[in-house]
Amino acid sequence: MHELSIAMSIVEMAQEESERRGQVQVLAVRLRLGQLSGVVKEALLSSYEMACENTSLEGSELVIEEIPVEVFCPKCQVARRIRSIQWFCCPRCFTPTTEIVHGKELEVVALEIK
Amino acid sequence: MMITEPRLVEVRRNVLKQNDVFARALRERFREAGVLAVSLVSSPGSGKTAFLEKTLTLLRTQYRVAALVGDLATENDAARLARSEAPVKQILTGTVCHLEAAMVQNALEGWDLGKLDFLFIENVGNLVCPSSYDLGEDLRFVLLSVTEGEDKPLKYPTIFNSADVAVITKSDLAEAVEFDEMTAQRNIQAVRPGMKVFKLSAKTGEGMAEYLKFLEHRRTRSRTAFAALK
Repeated sequence: MHELSIAMSIVEMAQEESERRGQVQVLAVRLRLGQLSGVVKEALLSSYEMACENTSLEGSELVIEEIPVEVFCPKCQVARRIRSIQWFCCPRCFTPTTEIVHGKELEVVALEIK
Repeated sequence: MMITEPRLVEVRRNVLKQNDVFARALRERFREAGVLAVSLVSSPGSGKTAFLEKTLTLLRTQYRVAALVGDLATENDAARLARSEAPVKQILTGTVCHLEAAMVQNALEGWDLGKLDFLFIENVGNLVCPSSYDLGEDLRFVLLSVTEGEDKPLKYPTIFNSADVAVITKSDLAEAVEFDEMTAQRNIQAVRPGMKVFKLSAKTGEGMAEYLKFLEHRRTRSRTAFAALK
């Protein structure tokens, strides 16, 4: 369960951004979460609520956009979404590949502020 | 009274940026010092400590080796590893289920990396949390014991995908538990195509020589690459 420490980092980041903009109120934090980030969405959501307690972000929402895994196929020379993270290969020609284009994201992309 | 409408502002910040910054600094330090840093991840009980103790004992005859060991609460692992007579430091993580780059950096304080050839970093026994954290290591080994079942890679694809090398441990028990090596290999290759796999037993020593040769080779290779960059 490392989601709590990650949630705390997210809250910290949002607080910094809010301060930078003159103590604006943060209504929501938008996050991109890759399927290979090693972070579980549900655990992160409940951790976020905990991490917000007694901070200026209390009551704010964490909006998660899940990013599926996309790999680059060396044969087709194009990036494609894999069918399952248990099978790293091109879904079209089945060439095995480890070149990950998307899926490792764990980033705050935007804030909804007031 | 002024009413402000909610609005969206773009931020773009990597949540693990801080860890990545520490990890990058560590990686640079390891390169400059010419030390090969190897981290070990696995589930609890897969034989990480026995494997590391054997590795340290065998490498120590020719190289300068040291280890950092992450554990939640006890210092038993460090005590076991100290039998190898290599310098060993325990990182007690408390309730934290994984190592982070900053913990590695703190633990290295007072150590002269220039006097080391190999540094091993044993992560907390956990196949989930460590996958998100870069420790600055050159190689990440994921261990899988024959007693755990061949489908571990499919159950934990993220950590297997984040590793560079897989080690099948406790090979001396393979027959007794009817370990299906073909299936294990196939599963490993499915989640991490081309992954190097060693099968060995720290107890009997089977397969250790080939793995040690690989480590030596990797160390030479990264030193040569760094020298060429200079």
